[in-house]
Amino acid sequence: MAVKNKKLNLKDKYQYLTRDMAWEPTYQKKEDIYPDESFEGIKILDWSQWEDPFRLTMDAYWKYQAEKEKKLYAIFDAFAQNNGHQNITDARYVNALKLFLTGVSPLEHAAFQGYSKVGRQFSGAGARVACQMQAIDELRHSQTQQHAMSHYNKHFNGLHDAAYMHDRVWFLSVPKSFFDDARSAGPFEFLTAISFSFEYVLTNLLFVPFMSGAAYNNDMATVTFGFSAQSDEARHMTLGLEVIKFILEQHEDNVPIVQKWIDKWFWRGFRLLSLVSMMMDYMLPKKVMSWAEAWEVYYEQNGGALFKDLERYGIRPPKYEDVANEAKHHLSHQLWTTFYQYSHATNFHTWIPTEEEMDWMSEKYPDTFDKYYRPRYEFLAKEHAEGRRYYNNTLPQLCQVCQVPTLFTEKGDATKLSHRQIEHEGERYHFCSEACCDIFKDEPEKYVQAWLPVHQIYQGNCGGADVETVVQKYYHINIGEDNFEYVGSPDHKRWQFIKGMAPQQKGDDEAAEKPNAA
Amino acid sequence: MSQQLVFIVFQDNDNARYLADAIMADNPHAEMQHQPAMIRIQADKRLVINRETMEEELGRDWDVQEMLIDVISIGGNVDEDDDHFILEWK
Repeated sequence: MAVKNKKLNLKDKYQYLTRDMAWEPTYQKKEDIYPDESFEGIKILDWSQWEDPFRLTMDAYWKYQAEKEKKLYAIFDAFAQNNGHQNITDARYVNALKLFLTGVSPLEHAAFQGYSKVGRQFSGAGARVACQMQAIDELRHSQTQQHAMSHYNKHFNGLHDAAYMHDRVWFLSVPKSFFDDARSAGPFEFLTAISFSFEYVLTNLLFVPFMSGAAYNNDMATVTFGFSAQSDEARHMTLGLEVIKFILEQHEDNVPIVQKWIDKWFWRGFRLLSLVSMMMDYMLPKKVMSWAEAWEVYYEQNGGALFKDLERYGIRPPKYEDVANEAKHHLSHQLWTTFYQYSHATNFHTWIPTEEEMDWMSEKYPDTFDKYYRPRYEFLAKEHAEGRRYYNNTLPQLCQVCQVPTLFTEKGDATKLSHRQIEHEGERYHFCSEACCDIFKDEPEKYVQAWLPVHQIYQGNCGGADVETVVQKYYHINIGEDNFEYVGSPDHKRWQFIKGMAPQQKGDDEAAEKPNAA
Repeated sequence: MSQQLVFIVFQDNDNARYLADAIMADNPHAEMQHQPAMIRIQADKRLVINRETMEEELGRDWDVQEMLIDVISIGGNVDEDDDHFILEWK
């Protein structure tokens, strides 16, 4: 008598609970059921070749996700009950969270929508299951991030209307347009963009060293949601690599299409992450590693290993990788000096780095910081000290593709602004770089439609004709509370009060209690 | 520079310390780095987590997928079954 297997092994279990749950349609044509699967030109000959390295079935998925949530929310409770916000290294740090909540958390929700949509578009069951799980993960990330930061919203300004701001505020069109671009592409481009280029190649830069930095700055809530989210990302990254290998193995005609998408989405991701460079170098009072160091480990080293592995498929490293690698010495400084000038139109504060911080930057950026950037801060600090805190009242020119102001410099010459322009059907379009210009030229009909915040203000679509009206009424940024210089801000005063550095006087009650806290 | 590194990052917690010990025992070529709140292990070409080693470390049954709770990031091609979790560049 044959002994019956007590337990299925992982591979069999996965096979039974995913592939064998799917079926071949009989009375409808496959192309009618999955109409978006072919228009991008990607040829899939055999979906059964799709391999999920993490053979996670739905029952196991819920079991592990439930365990993660229980751990996470126990920590959120402890953090809130013990006034964890009082233990962070410095209130300047909270400004990174303001950027995170308005810039990143809505992307998690956009990813949820994106994976829900493309998960419906693949005729292969393995891909559908992977997209379904990832969609649920992304929704979880969006929710846990909002829960984590709701505690900060009770004590600091600028966190009160993140989703609303994400759709409107000028610099938030950088992350928003990134995901809108991906979500309005076909299903295979979406996966190449988000699963591969973003999740596999680039998100480590945000979720690993920045979150480690959050821990180093005693933000128990953020490091916990960050690492909890990132534990899902390990699966997403694996999916990203699998997607690429699967598409490339299916047909040689797929190779040039995928290469073009890798070039595009590496660059778009790199531009998006310029915001993170500034969070790491400037917004973490205690610093773990510099942006340049993080880029070396997580892109140059890990990306190098990855693209070496993909060589066999005829894939080369992304075009303009050399520009991104060189920019690591400049990126965070160029971004921060720009945001410093536009603090009147942001939901977070900026400041001049302390002497100690500038020395750290000199050490981390020996070839660039003292030469190009320290003198700017010394000038700006002097202006501020003499009562002329500098704000730039000219609206910046935005790149038509990445929507970052055209603030970057040319590779090899940090004194020369990088700018490209072309004419298309009688209109002139501006770009921050050759790479963004290439992306436009490949699909001009898509990027002429870009919703550029500065253009929209000038066209009268943002509630008013002056910056103050736009900021207050259209962006919902509370003037004098959320924006401007950090030093002397209500957040700063509240922090000094918390730390016992300022004696309580009449009027401190308002400073200590955030007026519009729910 | 001819090295092609795989890596795995764990939260620095009690569960992961056993994982890190098991990995270091089975992968003598691996290098372990501690950073705030995390443990990062990298190695040229290949890293393996063996269920058997983990079960010895822990003194109880251990499911390979339990690592999903504590892992933060990985680099390399994944191969997972009932007995091991492998990261590699071939």
